[in-house]
Amino acid sequence: MTQPAPSAQHQGPEKGTATGPVAAPPSKQGGGPRAFGLRADVRNLSLLGVLAVLAVVGGITEPDAFLDTGNLQLILTQSSVIGVVTVGMTLVIIGGGIDLSVGAMVALASVWATTLATQDFGFAGILFTAVIVGLAAGLVNGVLIAYGRMVPFIATLAMLASARGLALLITDGKTQIVTVQSVLDLGLPDSYVLGIPPLVLGFAAVTVVGWLILNRTTFGRRTVAIGGNAEAARLAGIDVRRQRLYLYLLSGVCCGIAAFMLIILSGSGQNTNGNLYELDAIAAAIIGGTLLSGGRGTIVGSVLGVLVFTTITNIFALNNLQSDVQQIAKGAIIVAAVLVQHRTLRGGET
Amino acid sequence: MAPEPPLLTMSGITKSFPGVRALDGVDLEVLAGEVHCLLGQNGAGKSTLIKVLAGAHQPDDGAITWRGEPVQLSSPIAAMRLGIATIYQELDLVEGLSVAENVFLGHEPTSAGFVVRTREARTTAAALLKRLGHPEIDPGRLVGDLSAAHQQIVSMARALSHDVRLIVMDEPSAALDPDEVDNLFRIVDGLTADGVAVVYISHRLEEIRRIGDRVTVLKDGRAVAVGLPAHSTPTNDIVAMMTGRNVEFVFPERPAAGARATAEPVLRVEGLCRKGEFEPVDLELMPGEIVGLAGLVGSGRSEILETVYGARKPTAGRVLVDGTPLRAGSVRAAVAAGIGLAPEERKAQALLLTESVTRNVSISTLSRFARGGWLDRGAERAAARTATRELSLRPDNPDAAVRTLSGGNQQKAVLARWLLRGCRVLLLDEPTRGVDVGARAELYAVIRRLADEGLAVLLVSSEVPEVLGLADRVLVLREGRVVHTADARELDEHRVLDLVMEGSPTS
Repeated sequence: MTQPAPSAQHQGPEKGTATGPVAAPPSKQGGGPRAFGLRADVRNLSLLGVLAVLAVVGGITEPDAFLDTGNLQLILTQSSVIGVVTVGMTLVIIGGGIDLSVGAMVALASVWATTLATQDFGFAGILFTAVIVGLAAGLVNGVLIAYGRMVPFIATLAMLASARGLALLITDGKTQIVTVQSVLDLGLPDSYVLGIPPLVLGFAAVTVVGWLILNRTTFGRRTVAIGGNAEAARLAGIDVRRQRLYLYLLSGVCCGIAAFMLIILSGSGQNTNGNLYELDAIAAAIIGGTLLSGGRGTIVGSVLGVLVFTTITNIFALNNLQSDVQQIAKGAIIVAAVLVQHRTLRGGET
Repeated sequence: MAPEPPLLTMSGITKSFPGVRALDGVDLEVLAGEVHCLLGQNGAGKSTLIKVLAGAHQPDDGAITWRGEPVQLSSPIAAMRLGIATIYQELDLVEGLSVAENVFLGHEPTSAGFVVRTREARTTAAALLKRLGHPEIDPGRLVGDLSAAHQQIVSMARALSHDVRLIVMDEPSAALDPDEVDNLFRIVDGLTADGVAVVYISHRLEEIRRIGDRVTVLKDGRAVAVGLPAHSTPTNDIVAMMTGRNVEFVFPERPAAGARATAEPVLRVEGLCRKGEFEPVDLELMPGEIVGLAGLVGSGRSEILETVYGARKPTAGRVLVDGTPLRAGSVRAAVAAGIGLAPEERKAQALLLTESVTRNVSISTLSRFARGGWLDRGAERAAARTATRELSLRPDNPDAAVRTLSGGNQQKAVLARWLLRGCRVLLLDEPTRGVDVGARAELYAVIRRLADEGLAVLLVSSEVPEVLGLADRVLVLREGRVVHTADARELDEHRVLDLVMEGSPTS
């Protein structure tokens, strides 16, 4: 009981000194590139600024613990699972949809991939099952939404409930321990490549692929089109329904990959995995500048959004601040980000 | 007894929107207890005028007097307080609320200022409905469950629930069956007998003859005739006042038709029909030919165009390109066969406003610039730029957001999309809506040039001079039926308006 109190007191004055730099970097970085009219880049730069400020705050409040290599690896690893989910979510939202079932799909994929029967097939069996389960759940979402004309919110809410239920049915509420050593090895420091955990490399790969899809392919272009103006896209000859289906498939696959990462990280499969991932992923996409109504957003912004959230959680944990404070801070950040978003949009219209 | 002043006098009302002068010094005088008809072509300023009257638009200039006192209609509530009610063409009811709740929306009878006295609302609503000749409408029913005609009655009950002295009705008969129209006229007679004035907008001259007392004719934002007697003014005079323009449109010259006569039609429409929207229509389009569809709003013009394009599914008939029938109701089939559409609502139906010119132009042709889904952005940009330059789209900047372009250049971006696609049939729905008068001539020239290069164009416009000036052949529509087909040079505006309003079939 005694420890949190002094550390909280301790933090007071130092937080005060930190507010100076808090205000400075974003405004400095905001002014320059805006002249070039690259608003998405400005947003991402200001998110980088926020990350830098957070690093300073972390470095000042807990210099040894925060800047430790192991801690930085931990931040990136923790970002990886939700990050992969967020990349899929971002594409869905840009395409004018929403996927509330991501957390439940992660849970279902992680337990289905860790049943004793699946583990018999070893590494490949677990990875394959996780991805296929995600794909199948995404297929159901996509067909219901694209061809059954269900509202995405409702269809994926139904999937959230049923996938969680199915995960509970499979596990009977028990934790399924993974015994396949080659899977567990990927979580151990021996497998790090130049000090980078394999999970982080996987996250980086998904990010790059997501960025390429959005910015360099017809698929990405059509995603922006159906999210920005579905009627115009339809009248331009785009197969809007098929595009929608593909987006939910993609989100499902991302959840499968995230489930595999979670299995590596925890050495187990649980039906409680991925709890509230849908909210974390949506929040990260929104503070990354993705328009909830669709048609606009960036992969880089979403990934930065994930890093901001994970870093805050990390700093709060190091400072022994309880999760209630973390939640409040998260909410405040979302509100601030959306207010900034409105202001930039309005500024752009005049 | 001194003569009573007019109930309402509007004088010199002016209202401009970006790029358009909607009202240019309009005068209107309405007497208590009269039915005052407002006539004018689409775009003449009728809608803007009634919105000013309803307090929804603020005039830039001009004066309004109400029962002899100068007033300002600064908001819809201010207009309502004076006793002016408006029944819009698109009904503004809340479908999820009951009839009584809709009637009293915003001025519910309350106890203690906030508890709605439901029973009183229902009885009052029932009394109003009875007065309107429809006691069978249950005040407790949801408005969304009622027919269009009954919804209109509810709208009227809402107007009467205020202490109303002037009711504006915007084409109230458009959605009604003949016997429902009779009931409407009975209601109007009852209102005027009580001393309420009615401003009545309709395109149907015979209705104006039946119930109108006086007529004001609007043209190009001006009142060309104020307070004509509705019964005795000859139709000829009224139509003459609605036609003729101050602005001279410059239309490109038509090429000699000889070359086309030998060609095979590129588009053939056979017995295409959509129940309740338009009756079977047959149509042939030669390469290089521009065919115009003339008619009023609601005559089925846009519906025909969208059905040809596959955006609406026909109940019967088919569309053939080069003799091959298209899959019915499939936009993708139409696009694949070489049909392109520039829709009426450019911003809502064609453009990605925040995206660049290049991305808007290339959207229908993306796979041509891609290998295995991978975009060659250089080729995309170059091709889009060639297309926009051919149409002299300004500014010549492929990265400009479409939102920042003028209406005319936004339309060019849509045309460039189909030019790039290499389409052979172009469907144009109101191509110059929201385009400055000055920029129109340029668009006309572009459309004619595309036709000269072999494109077949089907044109819909509510501006009769535009159809007559641009098209080679014209189909005149009235209430979903083609009533006349002729070479554009054999028709004049007067004749077309006669046809669309009176509908005497001559073909």
